[in-house]
Amino acid sequence: MTAIIDSPPAIRVQGLRKSFRNVEVLRGVDFEVAPGSIFALLGSNGAGKTTTVRILATLLAADGGTATVGGLDVGTHAGRVREEISLTGQFAAVDEILSGRENLVLIAKLRHVPNPAAVADDLLARFDLTDAGGRKAGTYSGGMRRRLDIAMSLIGNPGVVFLDEPTTGLDPQSRIDVWRTITDLAAGGTTILLTTQHLDEAEHLADRIAILHEGRIIANGTLAELRRLLPPTTVEYVEKHPTLEEIFLAIVGTGPASARGADGAASTDGTRES
Amino acid sequence: MTSHHYGDTVALTGRSLRHILRSPDTIVTTAIMPIAFLLLFVYVFGGAIDTGSGPYVNYLLPGILLITVASGIAYTAYRLFTDLSGGIIDRFQSMPIARSAVLWGHVVTSLVANSISLAVVIGVAFLMGFRTGASPLAWLVVVGILLLFTLALTWIAVVAGLSAKTVDGASAFSYPLIFLPFLSSAFVPTDTMPGPVRWFAENQPVTSIVNTIRDLFAERAPGADIWAALAWCGGVLVLGYVLATRIHRRRVR
Repeated sequence: MTAIIDSPPAIRVQGLRKSFRNVEVLRGVDFEVAPGSIFALLGSNGAGKTTTVRILATLLAADGGTATVGGLDVGTHAGRVREEISLTGQFAAVDEILSGRENLVLIAKLRHVPNPAAVADDLLARFDLTDAGGRKAGTYSGGMRRRLDIAMSLIGNPGVVFLDEPTTGLDPQSRIDVWRTITDLAAGGTTILLTTQHLDEAEHLADRIAILHEGRIIANGTLAELRRLLPPTTVEYVEKHPTLEEIFLAIVGTGPASARGADGAASTDGTRES
Repeated sequence: MTSHHYGDTVALTGRSLRHILRSPDTIVTTAIMPIAFLLLFVYVFGGAIDTGSGPYVNYLLPGILLITVASGIAYTAYRLFTDLSGGIIDRFQSMPIARSAVLWGHVVTSLVANSISLAVVIGVAFLMGFRTGASPLAWLVVVGILLLFTLALTWIAVVAGLSAKTVDGASAFSYPLIFLPFLSSAFVPTDTMPGPVRWFAENQPVTSIVNTIRDLFAERAPGADIWAALAWCGGVLVLGYVLATRIHRRRVR
């Protein structure tokens, strides 16, 4: 990835089409993802997010259009693409019968990296799983499982990581942990495509957001660009109550302030003067 | 990609062998039904069955071994189906691994697991008075035929695991296979059966395999049956393998 000087898009999708039986799931999807950026594919259930990711991850053949990762066509160069990518989240499971450590060692062996055991121990430490490393992954909490899942997908340093609904089903604290991991990854130069149905997640993480609706991208831009699509904000004065999430995090005592930082009240945009 | 085939298969076999090690009940349950048949037929029905000279357990064991394999391979279909529906195969297939290693991992595991079950059943048969003077070479041929039979049925199990829609469907295919030995020379000599049944019994694969193993244990030359047995196993193996890889290619890219 890093060898490319004039940085063409890490992911380029043009006119992507896919039907299942008579249902047209993708009707010409276009978007590009810049290297090292976080791109959010936003949409409700059934919008085609997962289908798009499955095609990009070489698990599914498209009916029409092209998709490239790192300049390689996912249809014709699937093998090379697989060296560049990693898949995690909703539908890429961890092995529940193996321990966390064994899961990591297995993936390291399958990725053909040298010294799988050391790679596993290193990742366990990095993701705060060292103590749980010997336990079956089936006994993990949702947050631990997702951390293991993400750790597994980092083995072999893939240039592009697909995260399919990475925080679905997580408690607020774990969600913040996952968000931090994702921003750290992007800061390290990894390109990230994530799908989500949570607007605030896209807002917090993504450099660019594309809205996928009924098989088409109906909007694509930075948060600021998307905001400009709407009429100018009207100024209203509304009493701002803390959200239940903010209360929860404040009581539990894990830094909502540090995680959410300066844009602490971001979830109430519409009512704010901007 | 094929350069990784061996290493990837070893890694994935290690994974599913760990699954078995952590739920050894799959090996026990595989062996329990054949052992129950062994007890039932030797100590209950056996006295009324005339198979000529020699203890009935000697006559019965070869068919029981085939039933052991038929019930054991259902777990292969089950494990493959669980992997597919659980999403772990998506993870594997999105990685640069040899495509077929995912299947071979399950196939090798099946060979290991069924070998253990077979050893347990043979051990129980010895306790019940099974005796053979078979030479090491004859034992080698018996083991070879059983492994070939296991391999052939395992690929059929892979087809079932890849194409099943439900967990129950994934293992239901093995029921007819478990039943097949009853319509063969496994329990009783075929000459007492009425015409059409006898014709079926004498021409279906189980009879030739059972007769071959029985002859080898009894220190007789197996005759033409061994070629029929090998042809059946080989044919089923090729059919299962071709079908399985075709479905696998269509299902995962």
